[in-house]
Amino acid sequence: MTTYKRNDGRKLDETRPIKMKVGVLKHADGSALVSIGRTVALAAVYGPRELNPRHMQESDRAILQCNYTMAPFSTKERVRPGPSRRSTEISKVTREALEPALFLKDFPKTTIDLYIVILQANAGTRTAGINAASLALADAGIQMRDLVTSIAAGKIEGHYVIDLNGEEEELTDCDLPIAYMPREKKFTLIQMDGKITKEDMKNVIKLAVKGCETLYEHQREALLEKWSKEGFE
Amino acid sequence: MNIQTSYIISHLSKGMRLDGRKPDEHRKIEIEINPIEQAEGSARVKLGGTEVIAGVKLEVKEPFPDTPNEGVLMVNTELSPVASPEFELGPPRETAIELARIVDRGIRESHCINTEKLCIKVGEKVWMVMVDVQPLSHEGNLIDASGIAAIAALMTAKMVKYDEAGDKVIYEKTDESVPLDDIPVPVTFGIIDGKLIVDPTLEEEESMDGRLTITTNEAGDVCAMQKGGACSLTFELIEQAAEMSIKKGREIRELLRQSL
Repeated sequence: MTTYKRNDGRKLDETRPIKMKVGVLKHADGSALVSIGRTVALAAVYGPRELNPRHMQESDRAILQCNYTMAPFSTKERVRPGPSRRSTEISKVTREALEPALFLKDFPKTTIDLYIVILQANAGTRTAGINAASLALADAGIQMRDLVTSIAAGKIEGHYVIDLNGEEEELTDCDLPIAYMPREKKFTLIQMDGKITKEDMKNVIKLAVKGCETLYEHQREALLEKWSKEGFE
Repeated sequence: MNIQTSYIISHLSKGMRLDGRKPDEHRKIEIEINPIEQAEGSARVKLGGTEVIAGVKLEVKEPFPDTPNEGVLMVNTELSPVASPEFELGPPRETAIELARIVDRGIRESHCINTEKLCIKVGEKVWMVMVDVQPLSHEGNLIDASGIAAIAALMTAKMVKYDEAGDKVIYEKTDESVPLDDIPVPVTFGIIDGKLIVDPTLEEEESMDGRLTITTNEAGDVCAMQKGGACSLTFELIEQAAEMSIKKGREIRELLRQSL
């Protein structure tokens, strides 16, 4: 069987180079910078803090508000500032990917505000954003069931490949991003577009899970790097 | 947990639902073809008490610069206040945007419309196929109702004439159908207490932890998926949903064919 050669020389199950750092912003309660290949995502967390207007408050739990934005300079053609239909949808699925990891009932009437800014985009911005957001939540000292990890996988020329880059997104039969809690073994985001068989879909998901397990290690290391030095209060 | 939710869960543990359906059963699906004469194609779909109308309109436009020889397909839907007291006027919010994008993605990614056949003159003129879905009654699962109505409308749609010299569309239907190669069908599952329920009602939507929509095509391939809601799910549940969506998709496709 011939092996498919990826244009950046990676193995089929190899992610792009990953860098993660927490506590990168001075004023946020928690923050993280994640780069996966040439995609760079920054996340900031505030809260739990008082929610205004008060009619939005939930008497028995906190709400998570999530905003995903692409910086105007993040792509070849300038991104027009302000919400788009795409960014609105991504904000929603990101929020729903993170909520299962949080104990929102512990903080009634409050909000946890999460801001994700894509500083540079080269495929996989929503997944990079979720990885950064999950780290920022942990960095803010908010209790979580598990870290949420996220990556996309696809199928190119009959081979399952993980973490598609910009060029590969054009070639793949499907683009299937997931978010996954590795310790809980549960999926919190599933999207897909393309056209593949049910068997392929299962295999693509399994490959993405492997990638999430790798990301989990990077996330742990990033948290330990800051917090093992400073120590917890 | 509120009373309604615990009631639904206790029924479900015995394999029952409040309206007497089995977990893998759709509500009654009714499809009316071409209720709107002015549209190039249209369909009215009832999914139990949920009802929508989808209409296809054609326009001639300049192609996008990166696809100069391809026509354009757009599917849109809005949460119109006529369908529910919960819906408000104004710019679409995230639920409305997500709904529109799920329905659009299912149809787009199946490549059921051969956009190259919609080219009139490369780089200058192409057909633009606009599918708009108008909800009439929201009693749960607008995604499937909208998806079924959109594809039904496309199945019935006829091309209109284009007057090249005068550069205008003459809205007279021809015998030629809009080029359709596939019939993608979305199937939405409510996820409640770790179980799947096909085609959730409004009551069930209020109580469920989340949902999973899987769109499949004629060949039984998966063309789009989307999880919604703040829940997490296991691999086994996704597998089960995929299996069921193919089977249910086939039944609905058959129904669509019969309605034409």
